[in-house]
Amino acid sequence: MTVAGLIFSNIHDSALPELTRMRTIASVPFGCKYRLIDFPLSNMVNSGINKVGIVTHYNYQSLLDHIGTGKDWDLARRSGGIKILPPFITAYDNAAANKLYNTRLEALLGVMNFIRRCNEDYIVMSDCDIICNIDIADVLDKHVAQGADITIATKRIAPKSYSLSNENEVIITDSDGNIKDITEYTATEDEIDISMNVIVIKRVLLENLLLDAAAHGFNSFYRDIVGRNIGKLNIKVYRYDGYYSLVGSLESYFHASMKLLRPEARAGLFSISNRPVYTKVRNTPPAKYIDGSKVSNSLVADGCVIEGRVENSILFRGVKVGRGTVVKNSILMQDTYVGNDVKLNCVISDKNVMIKDGRELSGHESMPFFLGKGVKI
Amino acid sequence: MVKKKECVAMLLAGGQGSRLYALTTKTAKPAVSFGGKYRIIDFPLSNCVNSGVDTVGVLTQYQPLVLNEYIGNGLPWDLDRTWGGVKILPPYQGNTRSDWYRGTANAIYQNLEFINRYDPDYVLILSGDHIYKMDYSKMLAYHKETGADCTIAVLDVPIEEASRFGIMSVDASNRITKFEEKPKNPESTKASMGIYIFSKDKLEQQLIADENNPDSSNDFGKNIIPAMLAAGDKMYAYEFDGYWKDVGTISSLWEANMDLLGARPELALNDEDWRIFARHYAASPQYVGEDAKIENSIITEGCEIEGTVINSVLGSGVHVCRGAIVRDSVLMGDTVVSEGATVNYSIVDTECKIGAGACIGAAKGIASGIAVLGRGVKLESGARIAAGEMVSAE
Repeated sequence: MTVAGLIFSNIHDSALPELTRMRTIASVPFGCKYRLIDFPLSNMVNSGINKVGIVTHYNYQSLLDHIGTGKDWDLARRSGGIKILPPFITAYDNAAANKLYNTRLEALLGVMNFIRRCNEDYIVMSDCDIICNIDIADVLDKHVAQGADITIATKRIAPKSYSLSNENEVIITDSDGNIKDITEYTATEDEIDISMNVIVIKRVLLENLLLDAAAHGFNSFYRDIVGRNIGKLNIKVYRYDGYYSLVGSLESYFHASMKLLRPEARAGLFSISNRPVYTKVRNTPPAKYIDGSKVSNSLVADGCVIEGRVENSILFRGVKVGRGTVVKNSILMQDTYVGNDVKLNCVISDKNVMIKDGRELSGHESMPFFLGKGVKI
Repeated sequence: MVKKKECVAMLLAGGQGSRLYALTTKTAKPAVSFGGKYRIIDFPLSNCVNSGVDTVGVLTQYQPLVLNEYIGNGLPWDLDRTWGGVKILPPYQGNTRSDWYRGTANAIYQNLEFINRYDPDYVLILSGDHIYKMDYSKMLAYHKETGADCTIAVLDVPIEEASRFGIMSVDASNRITKFEEKPKNPESTKASMGIYIFSKDKLEQQLIADENNPDSSNDFGKNIIPAMLAAGDKMYAYEFDGYWKDVGTISSLWEANMDLLGARPELALNDEDWRIFARHYAASPQYVGEDAKIENSIITEGCEIEGTVINSVLGSGVHVCRGAIVRDSVLMGDTVVSEGATVNYSIVDTECKIGAGACIGAAKGIASGIAVLGRGVKLESGARIAAGEMVSAE
């Protein structure tokens, strides 16, 4: 049984306009030193998948820079490895092929050649907006054992803890785990089974379904491929109950980041044995604490130099925190420079931001103060 | 394919490092951890890459497993090349004779074939037990400029310490006139750093002659250098004035780690133009707890700090539990310091467990020595390890 992975790097970009202005959601920095794609990619690699296609759309320069040859995920291979799948547009006026995709289904049609040329038995798909450590090999085992045609991983959540939109699919099942209906999310207080968009399907079946969808001019994967086949195909859920975060807005990005400070994140995301999260190596020296520093309840990456106070915060690689400075409840991305006697509260700074001496900036948990890439203040 | 390399580096990494005791029972000295995330060998390897030397033979002999695994295909240092790159060179069985490496010169002699595959003009000889950042390309330029047969890097040391080193006397043009190994009454303060550049033909000729001399102990410092001086070969001293430390002893290894601390350390590791590369193992971010207290320390990814860490260097995956205190110590990685345990003036190798309330090392100062825990030592709750004491797992 062989499997190839397929990761959608742009779906959900619109959920996080601040951070995706210059990049894909896949390359949004997260959790000290990661990019969001590191989670689905590591999940695949840790489940023995060694061929992964990454579907791109636009703005993917930072993604290419992050992935490189794929060697940091052990995916620099002669056979298999990382395949970047840029949008396929011909120079000829051919209406369908000349358009960038808008939906998951159109994205799949755009990478039909990749799917067709794989010789793996199964395809596993994943998005980049979910932070989890899921054992895809187990999803696949259950998929095969149940004789399923399509398996969709779900997570039971209380909607109020997440920023859900109608782009999130709610999965309704019977007691045997057969999918009975799929709906767009509408506001509710009740616990729901939300699709994680981790989908397992036999490659040949996917190919046939896509050809059929193309012939009919369908454009929605859930409505047209899954929905129309309920009752015809054996469509199952896989109930995932491990660590889960969803990035659906800047506010939920902030909360998903802060959740990493809890012990459950270290236990359920980072410290599962034999399932590490890989990322690009940057060769920065270990973090340095200078006299006068005081750090509590924070995550600190290599390359940081801290002289001030840091509380409930997440510092990415190469962040400098000056003397007399107090950083609280903030997320400072790579190479953010914070001068002396600065006060920050609920601030998210993108890469290479410079905050000069004496500045005081404060946002609120529900509306973090965002500083774009390279801003000097 | 271009086969020629102007300069090939040969890194002597086979020594036992017996003065590091418990730290080298299972590991060759160059693979000993340093500065949180590094191994000693990262320094010469990174120096090579940063200096444009992309072909490095690593001569191994003593306990090579960890070292071989660490170097792998050389990827972390960009030394995975289609031709050249880093190559491990163990002693081997030959058609006519087979031998261990009998000395530094013999080790290179046995690998002349490796060197000649690249048809180099120069050979750079390095050792795997020094911490320093050095641009070998400048030394090579100096070697070419003087037209030397051999250039030796030297460091000015205080006269009172000079008798611990190989000391060079030089003339006004820096040509070496005399070399003395650990002289009682040193005539100069120029100490050999154990870094040599030889013109390749000269080196080959010297190594063959040395091999044919039954009285030689086949060592660069003891035999090759004195023989070349005696023969009147052109030998120059190349002066280096940066940070350089031989970490061959417990106390010097501890000191070199401590030299990294502070806002302006003698050896800066965050130098974008001279990065020190290391192998990475996908550690999670470092977590600093609510009540943690960290002062003047270096802490690597994968650590979890709930207790107190002062003036210390922590490698990846160290857990300092609530109420535990780590002071003036080097914890190499993957070690748990349990609740209420105290670690003072110590070096703790990887994969150790220090039980609750255990106490290691001197309360104050290094006068009575650094306590050392070898790899995988598990200490019971309440255990006491005195200053200067060494504990091995077996």
